[in-house]
Amino acid sequence: MKHMRTVGLLALLIFACIFPIVFSNAAVTTMAVFTLLFAAAATGWNLFSGYTGYFSLGYATFYGLGAYTLALLCKYWHIPGGYMPFALLPLGGLVAAIFAVPLGWIALRVRRHTFVVVTIAMMFTFQLLAYNLKSITSGSTGMLLPFVTWSPDFFNVPFYYVALAILLLAFATSWWVRNSKYGLGLLAIRDDEDRVAGLGVKTGAYKLAAFVIAAFFAGMVGGMVVYFTGAIAPPVAFDPTFDVSVALMCIMGGVGTLIGPLVGALLLEPLQQYIILQAGSIGAGLDLFIFGALLLVVILFLPEGIIPSLRRLWHKLKAERTTTASVTRPEVRESSSALDALLGRQSEK
Amino acid sequence: MTLIIEAIILGILTGSVYALMSSGLTLVFGVMEIINVAQGIMVILGAYLSYVLVQYLHIDMFVGLLLTMPVMFVLGVGIEWAFVRRIKKERVMLSVLVMYAVALIIEGGLDLIFTASFAQLQAPYVDESFPVLGFHLPYIYVFAFLLSIFLLVLLYVLVYRTTFGYSLRASMQNRTAAALVGIDVEKVQAITFGIGVALAAAGGMAYGATNSFNAASSYDLISRLLVIIVLGGMGSLRGAFVASMLMLIIGDVTAVVWSPVWSSTVFNILLMALLIFRPQGLFGRLEGRKQ
Repeated sequence: MKHMRTVGLLALLIFACIFPIVFSNAAVTTMAVFTLLFAAAATGWNLFSGYTGYFSLGYATFYGLGAYTLALLCKYWHIPGGYMPFALLPLGGLVAAIFAVPLGWIALRVRRHTFVVVTIAMMFTFQLLAYNLKSITSGSTGMLLPFVTWSPDFFNVPFYYVALAILLLAFATSWWVRNSKYGLGLLAIRDDEDRVAGLGVKTGAYKLAAFVIAAFFAGMVGGMVVYFTGAIAPPVAFDPTFDVSVALMCIMGGVGTLIGPLVGALLLEPLQQYIILQAGSIGAGLDLFIFGALLLVVILFLPEGIIPSLRRLWHKLKAERTTTASVTRPEVRESSSALDALLGRQSEK
Repeated sequence: MTLIIEAIILGILTGSVYALMSSGLTLVFGVMEIINVAQGIMVILGAYLSYVLVQYLHIDMFVGLLLTMPVMFVLGVGIEWAFVRRIKKERVMLSVLVMYAVALIIEGGLDLIFTASFAQLQAPYVDESFPVLGFHLPYIYVFAFLLSIFLLVLLYVLVYRTTFGYSLRASMQNRTAAALVGIDVEKVQAITFGIGVALAAAGGMAYGATNSFNAASSYDLISRLLVIIVLGGMGSLRGAFVASMLMLIIGDVTAVVWSPVWSSTVFNILLMALLIFRPQGLFGRLEGRKQ
């Protein structure tokens, strides 16, 4: 199992690296760029919301902040189109992360439902600010980003590899968090926050740190998307659909699992792009209609996500194969394991 | 000075309409612990239903409520039965997404039928006005205010003075205990959801008569409604009422003394400031450990 996973991931990575060489069609690579970026965003979202259980629907706040940072830096520093804006992406992420500190501090004072609503309200507040601060953001007219200098048939390739790099960074961070004591603390917060706090874990700092790391990736992705599409406006940057898409990808793949967001993004993003392309041309509103219906189907029929469902199936098959007369092992519930593991580590000290 | 008085009066009058819409939202949250993010589009749907009645069947919009509110009530009960009830695990997360999906479907449908061009409800009393305290007040604002107060009083009586109200508040306090004393909690939840959506229909009519709207207006509405119920304290009817009034008065006064584009922003920033000191809102309870 362990080897299979490593081999599978390596194969996936190699496939991702040679993808633009194999498929040179511009429509396909555009879809691939968006898919990689959304996979990175979903991995970032999962790092905070998936691990801690704090369901954030204001992730677009940081996506938009990163996007505006890049657009404004390009405008005021007179950055020409080319490879230079890529180098500014971490700055976009950084600005988003800096904003995330006070915003997270406020939002994380509440829990559960109220947290969801507060994050939504934050996102809309920033959207309003982007509309209203006309002298900085040019309001609803938006801004154009510098146009890239390379040839059209090569256009998507640099974007593709930068997107892949962002995804790898996000994935590596998520993997590291998942396998560290810090990540164990986050998962334990999801299970029972008050009990973890009682054990002496600084839950406030844990949550805020995850919130800020997640915001960093959203900012990078936001900057990347606007540089790729070439224009920015408040409803595109602070987009409620972004929040829901990212959350849905994680749910479809499996919230709180490492590769769940990746799987969800790989399935959902191309589908979403396809729906927008096909249905949007037939009639305005049809794409929303279909996407909404798709959302309903996923939630009602796959509420656990693909990865946890597959894992359960795997355990069941294995249990059936190894069934002897002895008692079958009780099903290991992942939710309680984090707390127990943390307890174990605590007592080791 | 007249302008500020006018803004305050208009704020109170329109505030009552928002109180109506947000009462539906906060009631549903209180009883079912789900955030109905589709409330914004429900308001717009109600507005469009009234629009159809006024435009094509020539029924007065206030009379038309006798038709649209029951229709929306049934729709609400149907949505609860078909989608919300099916969610057993991870309710916080999945219920938001389910309601968002419902909102997208309705929004897409409305876009397909009515296109994105703006509509507004028409009636003689929408344009006519009467002088009061040195400015002209359109009749529709007064009528909408009276309607909202009437429905809110009705809601109050229903929640606090009837047997159904007792079951409703019991389900709000403790679902399991309510079920144990013989309350059909699922039925109470379905009816509550229906009431919430029916209130959105009434609010939608008032909204559609005082604003021009299209399906995308729902985003502005839902962001305002969510801010209102967080400020008031989630699940508190009194809180929703007070917060609606505050929001609209502050918004209208800001529009007069500063600029209309800042009216929502100022309020949202005030909310963020309040959350630092009072995370549970004005009348809410702090959410702690749940077993």
